[in-house]
Amino acid sequence: MLKAIDQNIPSVNIAEARFPSPFRSGLEYNAPARGTWNIVHTGMLIPEAHQIFVCARGCLRGVILTAAEMNAMDRMSWVSVSENDLYDGTMEQDVIDGVTEILNRMEKRPPCVLLFLSCVHLFAGCDFKMIIERLGEIFPDVHFTDCYMTPTMRKTVTPDCLMRKQLYEPLKAVKKDTKTAAVIGCDRPTDKASELVGLISTAGFKLTDITECKTYGEYLDIAKSSLNITYIPAAKSAGDELEKRFGTKHLYIPLSYGYEEITDCCKRLCGALEIDTPDFSENIAKAEKSLKNALGIIGDTPIAVDYTATPRPLGLCRLLSEHGFNVKRCYADVFTDEEQNDFEVLARKFPDLEIFPTVNVKMRFAADCVQKEKYLAIGQKVAYFCGTDNFVNIVAGGGLYGFEGISKIAELMTDAFYEPKDRRTVIQYKGLGCESCL
Amino acid sequence: MTNVSKIISIYAADTSGVCSALYELGGMTVVHDASGCNSTYSTHDEPRWYDKNSMIYISALTETDAIMGNDQKLIDDICSAAKELAPAFIALCGSPMPAMTGTDMNFAAEEIALVTGIETFAINTNGTHSYLYGAGQAFAKIAGNFCTERKKTDKMSVNILGATPLDFSLNGSIESIKKWLCENGFSVKTCFAMGSDLSEISHAPEAQVNLVISSSGIPAAKYFYDRFGIPFVAGVPIGKSFSETLAQNLKTAVKTGKCLFPASERISSDNGFIVTGESVYASSLAAAVTKDLSMPVKVLSTVSDSDDGSLAKGDIICRSEEELEKEFAKASLVIADPLFSPICPKGRFSALPHEAFSGRCFSKSIPNLINADISGLLTQGG
Repeated sequence: MLKAIDQNIPSVNIAEARFPSPFRSGLEYNAPARGTWNIVHTGMLIPEAHQIFVCARGCLRGVILTAAEMNAMDRMSWVSVSENDLYDGTMEQDVIDGVTEILNRMEKRPPCVLLFLSCVHLFAGCDFKMIIERLGEIFPDVHFTDCYMTPTMRKTVTPDCLMRKQLYEPLKAVKKDTKTAAVIGCDRPTDKASELVGLISTAGFKLTDITECKTYGEYLDIAKSSLNITYIPAAKSAGDELEKRFGTKHLYIPLSYGYEEITDCCKRLCGALEIDTPDFSENIAKAEKSLKNALGIIGDTPIAVDYTATPRPLGLCRLLSEHGFNVKRCYADVFTDEEQNDFEVLARKFPDLEIFPTVNVKMRFAADCVQKEKYLAIGQKVAYFCGTDNFVNIVAGGGLYGFEGISKIAELMTDAFYEPKDRRTVIQYKGLGCESCL
Repeated sequence: MTNVSKIISIYAADTSGVCSALYELGGMTVVHDASGCNSTYSTHDEPRWYDKNSMIYISALTETDAIMGNDQKLIDDICSAAKELAPAFIALCGSPMPAMTGTDMNFAAEEIALVTGIETFAINTNGTHSYLYGAGQAFAKIAGNFCTERKKTDKMSVNILGATPLDFSLNGSIESIKKWLCENGFSVKTCFAMGSDLSEISHAPEAQVNLVISSSGIPAAKYFYDRFGIPFVAGVPIGKSFSETLAQNLKTAVKTGKCLFPASERISSDNGFIVTGESVYASSLAAAVTKDLSMPVKVLSTVSDSDDGSLAKGDIICRSEEELEKEFAKASLVIADPLFSPICPKGRFSALPHEAFSGRCFSKSIPNLINADISGLLTQGG
């Protein structure tokens, strides 16, 4: 049995918290909320592409079973790295031989292979460029993309960010369609009712998005876009890279919950689309009405938000707090630079907002703490930590954007308030929105 | 190539084996790793994660610390956590990156023990071996560190060695083994390590015999045999007839002091049934099928690198997808985890999910075959 442990879960009021890292680093715990996507889920967005991972058994296990759970083992292969392989200087040849064997055993070769190497390859100075070139010579009908499972490097470039960039590596320069735009780097479709999609449509543009592609050909057509839009921080480098490679204008209009920032982003989008900026007062009024309606129902129920629900958890906390909601907690281990203004405003106006970590060793025991109040949670991790079945089940912003996104979040909060979910089951499905065999 | 797979899964790694073996013992287990080991283990390899607390953590190794060889951060972070959590022991194991950078895990363990005063040990993992290797070492470390005295001997008492959910899921199999032992006149002293805490485990030397139910129990069994002369019998009481044989072997071991592998005493046969998986379980199932269903069986040991004594003559160790496919093609029925089915001829497959291979994909349909009728295995075919 575990010994009695001081269950004083670490937290800090925002007024006393450090930005961007409120907590010191240390050993890390992993909460059983599995909805956020990993590099396998993201890679599967390229239709007909095949993934091959080359790494040690321990690293393979998680990615292989990710594919198994999404019923996609026919799109996943692996080459395991043994202890000897780490030291015998044959890393490159082992990769080439393994991939060659896999492709030779396939009845039909895929148009594209996402080849993932791991931390140990990069630390050993493995020549990935040579591997890709050699494989391209052996299989000229297959496009090989270098991909990376390198969590050791997560503090410099996260595997998620790198994956979203490499997701578009197979694209080739084609003649641009001046009336085509693309949303880049999102792992779920953007809400069709959002201002973002609406403005693109108003401007007479066709919108392409990898999440909507059904064939490899449709995917390749993304390169026709003359305007690439990103709004998730982890997708920004993908937009920058495509601008560098193809000269496609990249517009980063970050997902946010502040009316001024949303208006500014929409204005910039209109500028890029070469249309007049419309009056958003009706959109704002609708968002206000939705928030007011939600507040009338939810009342002073305590609310908690986590970083898996949205890349701007503090922005969402601020929006809700400024509209009278009883936002008590925000769960995040680190904040992005984009959150600094919201952090400072919250620290000034709502200094008692508590910031909780998610990976601190004591969080192992957080779900055991009986909450004095019943929380309404926004995000899977916070649902787990606060022990509530009343939660908004979204990850990575949920495809919601703009004033319409705020209206939708208010509606989702109301739904969550009325309709509890089976927390234990729902949050343990891996990759929210993906097929699951569970 | 043995290390290549086009479509099948891969068994859990050594680090998961360590965590799984130590999960219920009140210690703190730290995998020196950047990120993936913890989420892989807690998502796919540990069905107790949501409902039962255990201090399993990663060190969150960073690029800078790896390059600079900053092992002090690992030591400091563990000491700091141990101060807050007061674990009964600390186990430290490594993943591929520390193996590559040459982190001295034994030195780190010694330092941590000095600073905290808590029993600390390193387990030699690097993420490239199977869960059996990791769990086996972990059980042996627990035995070596906490089972050092034999104050008395309890007649007809038995330890169960090698129990983890990776091999036995949470489907009642372990409880059924305990019940079966009691029905056969034994009292269960401890179970390494499901359902026993560390204080119970420390009484393991008082048992007269050990029942090894997976290869991961063999290193600890050898320790008990070498240190206290406690014999072991390897086998899982599957089906009716083999369970009787196994019970008889346990009694014989008590009487003679000899270690026995009754599941290996059968004739392995080509062109009949094939059973795959962990060798002690698979060999026991093969013995049960042979005895209860009178069918010829061959075991393909798909996890271990070597035979620990459980396999019969003619059984083979086979970890290559290509070789497995050839062997499956010769069989009249393949009893294996569903994630082997893509390389098995259609209509000749019987699904027997194994958590160590398919994780939680089919965990709801893992049958409890302990001392039970196994004829259902013949009708599950797909």
